[in-house]
Amino acid sequence: MEEMGKYIGAGLATIGLAGAGVGVGQIFAAYLAGALRNPSAADGQFARLIFGFAVTEALGIFSLLVALLLLFAV
Amino acid sequence: MAGDTDPIHQFQIVPLVGDGTFAFTNSAFYMGLTVAVITGFLLLATSARTLVPGRFQSLAELSYEFVASTVHQTAGREGMRFFPYVFSLFMFVLVSNLIGLIPYTFTVASHLIVTFALAMSVILTVVIYGFMKHGTGFLKLFVPHGIPVYILPLVVMIEVISFISRPISLSVRLFANMLAGHITLKVFAGFVTMLSASLGAAGLAVGVLPLLMAVAITGLEFLVAFLQAYVFTILTCIYLNDALHPGH
Repeated sequence: MEEMGKYIGAGLATIGLAGAGVGVGQIFAAYLAGALRNPSAADGQFARLIFGFAVTEALGIFSLLVALLLLFAV
Repeated sequence: MAGDTDPIHQFQIVPLVGDGTFAFTNSAFYMGLTVAVITGFLLLATSARTLVPGRFQSLAELSYEFVASTVHQTAGREGMRFFPYVFSLFMFVLVSNLIGLIPYTFTVASHLIVTFALAMSVILTVVIYGFMKHGTGFLKLFVPHGIPVYILPLVVMIEVISFISRPISLSVRLFANMLAGHITLKVFAGFVTMLSASLGAAGLAVGVLPLLMAVAITGLEFLVAFLQAYVFTILTCIYLNDALHPGH
């Protein structure tokens, strides 16, 4: 029973990745839209793009972490 | 059969020399190999030092200037004193990821303890240098400017939590990307052997499809290997910038 709950919980935790997917997609979409309007400014914002990507991705990583903890640590 | 196509098997740490706590493992071997490759490459590339750089020298100059401009842009002139550290981190993560993409090798960054040690070294540098340079003024990092007093406790709490979660997210990001990528690669490669084992010649013919997929994913993994090294580097620079200018 406890085993089953672990697996269900780990599966549910991966739903959090949907949010990270939407967020990361949003960031790249906004960057591309901005870059196509003003291509000369695009290169200067690349570091910010990667930073935003990394910070957003971190939240998806936390849900992965929850899944891993449920599977192997709890 | 299950042992042959087990996608987790590649991450096993086996002692090469010795046994128990003080064993020299394959992980340690590949870390040493990474450092040897970087050192050898940079020594070879800069030994000629011609005015018009050759292939190796321009590759070395390219990586140097790439990291130098990243540090300069995110952490400013003062941040350049951390350049050797950031460059070492970037090269170590990048080269160990690239070595890990060669079949039958070991990916160092696919173990959480390795990436966590790297992340903790970054965060401890930030904390120690921040307190050394600014004293208790470093704590201004947690108190942003221009926030109304009545929501300040909440903001400070959020800032503290976000600071504490930095080493976790920094290490788990690299670890999870490497782990997931290599598992995907091995799962697709496993399909080929499973198909040929169960269907014979017909399975081999169908097995071309997952093989092509594995090749495509290998290409993607090269991108991920570079991107994760870059993300690790740029986040290091941003955190170091916090230590240099905590008031912002």
